[in-house]
Amino acid sequence: MGFTFAEKVLAKKSGKDKVAAGEIVTVTPDRILSHDNTAAISRIFQQLGRNKVVHPDKIVIVLDHCVPAANEKHALNHKVIREFVTEQGIKGFYDVGTGICHQVLPEKGYAFPGSLILGSDSHTTTYGAFGAFATGIGRSEAAVLWATNQLWLRIPETYRIEVEGIFPPWVSAKDLILHIIGELGADGALYKAVEFRGPTIENMSIAGRMVLCNMAVEMGAKIGYVLPDKKTSQWLGPRVKNNYEVITSDSDAAYERVIRYNVNHMPPQVACPHQVDNVKAIDKVSGTQIHQALLGTCTNGRMEDLEVAASILKGKRIASGVRLLVFPASWEVYREAWNKGILLQLAEAGAIIMNPGCGPCLGAHEGVLAPGEVCLSTANRNFRGRMGCRDAFIYLASPATVAASALKGHITDVRSL
Amino acid sequence: MLLKGKVWKYGDDINTDVIFPGKYTYTITDPEEMAKHSLEDLDPAFASGVSRGDVIVAGKNFGCGSSREQAATCLKYAGVGAVVAKSFSRIFFRNAINAGLPLIQSADAPDRIKPNEVVTIDFEKGELTCEEGVFTFRPLPEEVMGILQSGGLIPYTRKLLETE
Ligand code: SF4
Repeated sequence: MGFTFAEKVLAKKSGKDKVAAGEIVTVTPDRILSHDNTAAISRIFQQLGRNKVVHPDKIVIVLDHCVPAANEKHALNHKVIREFVTEQGIKGFYDVGTGICHQVLPEKGYAFPGSLILGSDSHTTTYGAFGAFATGIGRSEAAVLWATNQLWLRIPETYRIEVEGIFPPWVSAKDLILHIIGELGADGALYKAVEFRGPTIENMSIAGRMVLCNMAVEMGAKIGYVLPDKKTSQWLGPRVKNNYEVITSDSDAAYERVIRYNVNHMPPQVACPHQVDNVKAIDKVSGTQIHQALLGTCTNGRMEDLEVAASILKGKRIASGVRLLVFPASWEVYREAWNKGILLQLAEAGAIIMNPGCGPCLGAHEGVLAPGEVCLSTANRNFRGRMGCRDAFIYLASPATVAASALKGHITDVRSL
Repeated sequence: MLLKGKVWKYGDDINTDVIFPGKYTYTITDPEEMAKHSLEDLDPAFASGVSRGDVIVAGKNFGCGSSREQAATCLKYAGVGAVVAKSFSRIFFRNAINAGLPLIQSADAPDRIKPNEVVTIDFEKGELTCEEGVFTFRPLPEEVMGILQSGGLIPYTRKLLETE
């Protein structure tokens, strides 16, 4: 019997010949990620009685969650972080304006096949799109990693999700992952490694694969994973300077479950308040009035997302009474969208072009909601209170659905335009 | 270790945003202050009503969502003695152990425990006693138990570093 990707990569990172699902091992990661929570982590780090982090070169810090600072407290938080990285000699520091960590890490070459990335953010799973084993940890664990370079992990069992078929027009990776989460449930892959395989995934862009792995955590998965291929190495080519080893599951690996999907006739999907797995096909919710539309976040703030929205909105005007906020996921995306005239097309359609960052995704600033308001967002979470108000309603959908709905002022099937 | 506490009962998929709202994650740093906002968007009566040693009982996937450690810290400082659930989200599971907050996973007990009743938990024996009877649960793996018994990951690691 062969081994899964998860078993192989964690054996390597724990210095063992082989390990099996269920075992607990001590691993040393390649990268340790944190963001605005770095100040809090540095306070925990101080309690460990060490002055210096052991591997400053492994640490990557991106300021993204509340940027630029919304108030004095956030400003102070950022200041503490800047002082900390200088004092510790951490070179992998990206200040306000670079983008959302999950976009910035791959862009800067920190995510690559076979790497182990531990991040104090749940959507660290995103880097599975590049064949990395990447998962979220807590703040204390990040502090302990800074001090010891070690952490325990349980070897997860693996689910293999096989996808075939060709997406109908306007239907994309976001609709697929919402559909999967809706079927499997918010705990459908709890503690599991989830491999996305099959012809549809092979044909999918890197951005689309990032959407799948980003949201794998919304069904409880420990990691998402896509087999690295030529597209991956082309994307990583100019960005990753070091050598890497592509690690894949053996052909006779023991999968706990194999689940199959076909996207040939898949309609656009929408996750309804207040649970990500409360997913409905578009026809069940179209007509729902919206007040705000959000295009961005680590799920759908990439070039192809902005492009698809612009192709729908170009030369038109969004409905009155709707605010459309656009957050490019990174400065790199922002610059490219600027150069290609995409941002101008969106702005002319009535969108407010915001800075790269998380924006109102976690309810801190830049477009929080009022009681009774409805937001249709390309984000990954719609929990009660998520966008700053417990009595607001968040629906999640693809960039195409968000653009079409902003145009009409209510949730709209983009295929009906 | 024996724990006796009143039950606060909730449903499935209790996520970290309702346990500790995202809007406070970078502005509240004092754990005592965090405690005052625990479960704010789920049960506004909780933070003011909870007593030391009380037990949260919930369905599946408790603590899903964000990696925010405050979701565990706020409950610990609010005085919660243990969380009993059918299953836990993985990062919350880690955060709770690391914060020194005991977790009990039981497939059947949560459905049988009634709101507001008083339950007794024997962590060594792996037994939970409620009005409907005694439920057994599997103790945590040894590696993980060590962290919990040290009072959390930070004291555990400090000890480790001192002996190096
Ligand atoms: S965009 Fe939203 S989900 Fe993504 S890292 Fe930022 S706050 Fe988290």
